[in-house]
Amino acid sequence: MTQKSKIDFKQILDHSHIANPYPLYAQFRETPVALQEDGSYLVSTYNEVVSLLHDPRISSDMRKSDAQKRFMQQAKQKREEMIAQGQQVEEPEEIVPAFIFQDPPNHDRLRRIVTSQLTPERVENMSSHIEQIVKEHLDKHAQGGQIDIVDDLAYPLPVTVICQLLGVPREDEAQFHAWAEPLASVLDPGQVQTEEQQKQIMQAGRQMREYMGQLLQKLKAQPGDNLLSGMMAADDIDGAMSPRELISTAVLLLIAGHETTVNLITNGTLAMLRSPELLERLRQDPELIITYVEELLRYDPPVHFRTRTALADIQIAGTTIPQGATIILVLASGSHDGQRFERSEELIPDRQGNEHLGFGSGLHYCVGAPLARVEAHIALGEISRRLIEPKLALDPPPYRDNAALRGPRHLPVNFKGLRS
Amino acid sequence: MRISVDLNRCQGYGQCCFADPSVFKLRGEEVLEFDPAPGDEHRLKVIRAAKACPVQAIYIGESYEEQEERSHRHE
Amino acid sequence: MSNHSSQGLRKDEHIVIVGASLAGLRAAEALRRRDFAGQITIVGDEKYAPYDRPPLSKHVLTGHLPIEHTPLAMLEDVRATWILGVAATALDVEQRQLSLSNGERLHFDQLLIATGTRARPWPEERGGKLDGVFLIRDRDDSQQLRERLARKPGRVLIAGGGFIGCEVASVCRELDLEVTLVERGPTPLYGALGSSMGSIVARLQQQHGVDLRTRTTVESFEGDAAGRLCRARLSDGSVVEIDVAIVALGALHNTEWLQGSGLAADERGLVCDTYSRVLDAQGQVVEGIFTAGDVARWPQHLCDGDLIAVEHWGNAVDQAENAAGNMLSAETDYRAYKHIPAFWSSQFGINIKAVGLPNRGDEVMVTQGSVERYRFVAAYGRQGRIIAAVSFDQGRWLEAYNTLIEEGATYPPQLAAADQPENMQSQPAGFPAMARHA
Repeated sequence: MTQKSKIDFKQILDHSHIANPYPLYAQFRETPVALQEDGSYLVSTYNEVVSLLHDPRISSDMRKSDAQKRFMQQAKQKREEMIAQGQQVEEPEEIVPAFIFQDPPNHDRLRRIVTSQLTPERVENMSSHIEQIVKEHLDKHAQGGQIDIVDDLAYPLPVTVICQLLGVPREDEAQFHAWAEPLASVLDPGQVQTEEQQKQIMQAGRQMREYMGQLLQKLKAQPGDNLLSGMMAADDIDGAMSPRELISTAVLLLIAGHETTVNLITNGTLAMLRSPELLERLRQDPELIITYVEELLRYDPPVHFRTRTALADIQIAGTTIPQGATIILVLASGSHDGQRFERSEELIPDRQGNEHLGFGSGLHYCVGAPLARVEAHIALGEISRRLIEPKLALDPPPYRDNAALRGPRHLPVNFKGLRS
Repeated sequence: MRISVDLNRCQGYGQCCFADPSVFKLRGEEVLEFDPAPGDEHRLKVIRAAKACPVQAIYIGESYEEQEERSHRHE
Repeated sequence: MSNHSSQGLRKDEHIVIVGASLAGLRAAEALRRRDFAGQITIVGDEKYAPYDRPPLSKHVLTGHLPIEHTPLAMLEDVRATWILGVAATALDVEQRQLSLSNGERLHFDQLLIATGTRARPWPEERGGKLDGVFLIRDRDDSQQLRERLARKPGRVLIAGGGFIGCEVASVCRELDLEVTLVERGPTPLYGALGSSMGSIVARLQQQHGVDLRTRTTVESFEGDAAGRLCRARLSDGSVVEIDVAIVALGALHNTEWLQGSGLAADERGLVCDTYSRVLDAQGQVVEGIFTAGDVARWPQHLCDGDLIAVEHWGNAVDQAENAAGNMLSAETDYRAYKHIPAFWSSQFGINIKAVGLPNRGDEVMVTQGSVERYRFVAAYGRQGRIIAAVSFDQGRWLEAYNTLIEEGATYPPQLAAADQPENMQSQPAGFPAMARHA
């Protein structure tokens, strides 16, 4: 039997929950698969989330969901009406969805081309550079005082890294800084967008794609040792990336580089500064950072949920999810499931056997995970090691408006100086 | 140090290859080849690999010789 | 778990494990993990500490992995007495005693039999003793073959197109050696995956330049005056000039030493119940004697409790865990062994994985991906239920199929996967009639 949940998923967006959504998730888990008012299904328990992430009957292509089909139909009708009334209507731009919004086999082809360029060697070569960037950003605060972990380190670090890796000139970054956040809000299914916001997102998208198109032209003429040049040149048995695919892939990687790792580093700093004991352990045992970062990915991850569409009727946890339904997989709730993790609501920095869902699971497992790990190991390691007597200036800190890519907007920290 | 990987569990995510590219290699799309007996200088990287494995299929243990040596010391 | 205690369990007990390979080692680890505080003795007929066998037919032969790097990781402090290079020769159930090949006798309180299998040898009178004829099962076999292949021999012939034979064929092509694969059945992997999937492997091999001879057997190997292998005579009358031959005709269960013990042991393996306790010839449980790994024949819940031996890495690990757990439990706390077999094989850069019991399937159907690209999943059906699935470079889906197998989901499956082939059709799986009763 299908159970209608008492819990409304949209509560996640309520600002009273965004600083700590985990009690709400615990309520979600009382109904592992819960039908929502809008016809979507909320999945919140570990086994069910993992099982659906590995289920061939699940699609990442939003165009296959009933809700999206209805939405497209309405948009089309509206356009036709406007045309009938003699109004000027822009032709909708034909956009190729990025590979995280696609299914096999095309998803696999695009992802193969990305991973053929994002190699272990490339990431390894970045790591000394990452150390350097972290050092430079921290050294600016040698006198102590106040540092905003977000603006002064956690945001610029991954942005610098992804720009360099992709082959985006660093000086262009300021331009798309403003585009990344509205575009990232698309990943938030709970977000109710006003017409104004939708326009803003569309415009940001158009501008970013235009920018990328021009950059790719430049790189085509003058290829460099970077991902974009590599992806452009890469062949695949099922076909190279088309120009449109290159653009959507580049935009995705750039947004992901802007909007995720920042949360991991900031959440990691927040947690260690909330617990003097934890901070001391990290200082005493630098290797602890390895399991600490995995635990963060479980305990307070950068990405909280993802949506999918059912391609067939799926029976799970006593519920049938009908074909065409939108499924919201609350990864962060699955990672807090007490049925799967002992002491699930505690942060245990040396937790063993940590099969968290911080990077997802299955064929859409985060392609940037290795990079995020290196950045988090180095940044959090250095923050714990170097800051003298760090104290949170504000707890809880202000959060950004995105419940899917969740993290503080600022994290001001007072400290007395830096160790060398 | 000795490594064991449960290749039934392994799903070819390749995270270990990023942590230590000289010990773990993906051949083709999902064939994982690894050196079960890397030198001690790999210890930290191998720990990173094991902790990063999304399905926790990498186990770090000791060699037969390490265990025998210890048991003889205790005798 | 009732077995955990801070003081350790059964300090005065002596558990003997016969077989110093994967199952034996993992059982010893499991005993210690469960706080067994008594004595553990591990007897192994090879002179080596436990080593991992899957690389022996793969990257040891390519030269990627030195043979000295194959010993298994010890995941617990097993604190065992190792008796290596010594075989168990007889078992006295009544006296709870083992006879060893060094003339000694060993008393036990409980016994785990994990003697595994060995490669089926090539008959001596048909050329089995010639220089250049290799088996592949042990560390020494693999090392010797590696050395020979590294010297760039002329054509290599492989007798037997099972997993080992196919993997070695792949290695030979990677080393740019000419290779002929001779298989009795209509396709490679006929016994393991059936001819329907096997024909895909045949195409893969031919694309990689393997000289594949199906429905053919080797009659004999012939050598020169110095006893060096130089040619093979095949059942189709042809003669192949070769420098190296690899005999990969499957495995024999190491149960001969149990003749006269009264246990239910024969060439098919050693029979145990669902708790991994061995049975005697009358079908009665023998207290305190357990078995695990390749040698064990156990009642498989997926096919009505038929006795099967599963000669895979994962079964050795899981059954060792099950046997060790039950060895330390009261009978009321015994856990049944409900293992869904799983295995992998890599060849020609493709990772082939399977879950369930493919060779119990009647039919098979490609459910996802592209056969042409060697990237797909296929499900096997038996009497209207999914019994197995195999993937080529699509291992991430198998978990879902494992669940379908466990649930006894209907076959053909109704998946509607995004990447399902256009013409999904169930076909006969194409197994040899004998395989289903093996």
